[in-house]
Amino acid sequence: MANHACKTAVCEESHETNVAIEVKDLVTHYGERAILNKVSLSISEGEIRVIMGGSGSGKSTLMRHILGLNRATSGTIRVLGNDITGASQREMYALRKQIGVSFQGGALLSSISTIENVLLPLREHTQLDEETIKIMARMKLEMVNMGGSEALMPSELSGGMAKRAALARALITDPKLLFFDEPSAGLDPVVSAELDELILRLRDALHMTIVVVTHELESAFKIADRITVLDQGVILMTGTVDEIRNSDNSDIQNMIHRRPRKTPANTGDYLQRLTARK
Amino acid sequence: MKFSTRSEGAYQLIALSGEIDLHHSPQLREEILKTLKAKQNLLIELSAVEYIDSSGIASMIEGLQLANSSKLKFALVNASQAVMQVLQLARLDTIFPIYPSLEAALSQDS
Repeated sequence: MANHACKTAVCEESHETNVAIEVKDLVTHYGERAILNKVSLSISEGEIRVIMGGSGSGKSTLMRHILGLNRATSGTIRVLGNDITGASQREMYALRKQIGVSFQGGALLSSISTIENVLLPLREHTQLDEETIKIMARMKLEMVNMGGSEALMPSELSGGMAKRAALARALITDPKLLFFDEPSAGLDPVVSAELDELILRLRDALHMTIVVVTHELESAFKIADRITVLDQGVILMTGTVDEIRNSDNSDIQNMIHRRPRKTPANTGDYLQRLTARK
Repeated sequence: MKFSTRSEGAYQLIALSGEIDLHHSPQLREEILKTLKAKQNLLIELSAVEYIDSSGIASMIEGLQLANSSKLKFALVNASQAVMQVLQLARLDTIFPIYPSLEAALSQDS
């Protein structure tokens, strides 16, 4: 059951009994470069967790690992009770039926209509009647304020509409676990605020665990139960909105107040990159 | 999901309980359509429903549409908080006739 009122340290303890995602000591490399370095986090069922960080911080890579799209160098990842670090393709296929993903670019199929895109996962993964499937798809389009747009082709959608259609598709199976990659990027403030409200209502009504990858501070502070801040492949901090706001970590305060960094974070690494020497 | 059916005045009543998801909604849909195709008014009692997903809601929408086109009565009774939250999420709480009790639903005919 959802534990969504938890924004206190007391609630944090009860979270631990119903863990939706657990990452332990995750290390991953692109070539010789470490992208994630000993990353550990635990996300509870019914929690909205926002993962923040600048470009190249590793947040999208972390999401891809949790989805089983990338293989780690070392470490373990458990998702909905399943250890996915050694999972077979078949095991991942079964697990992904319980997961909805809204990718940053939308990733709609251009040759079929909006509603056909939205209902595709139901046709693929269920034996539901066609009429039920179409009603469900229209309900999801209504939820994202795209009622009446079902016949439009992806090429006829604005950027914001394509993003919302992708969200409707991610929601179509009422997944236990929902991932949003940059849900507000490129959206006008009103639509962005509506999406924030929708995320909160989805969690409350359908008891979803929701992971949002973003660097939109206003949105993060509105929806998050807890925020994990990544920087250059390591977790700077995980905490409630208030804990993040009041953090004395200078990198987190720079992020909150949009201040540029004064020096490279690791001068040794920086020198190595400039000289291309080990 | 568990369900039972019985007659209540001019209605057939389906009482649902437990969790209604993708695995159970085809059974719910079949029961709803069977009742309406038999030209019976229908009440769905939802006080013991702990969870319902959009496939369960979709089955009830299909029932409401069929009832309207067949000039039959279709209403929800005693919707639990779990059901109301999903109806509100889909903005369907004003589309379905919803009564707070069986007595209230039946008294609409008196």
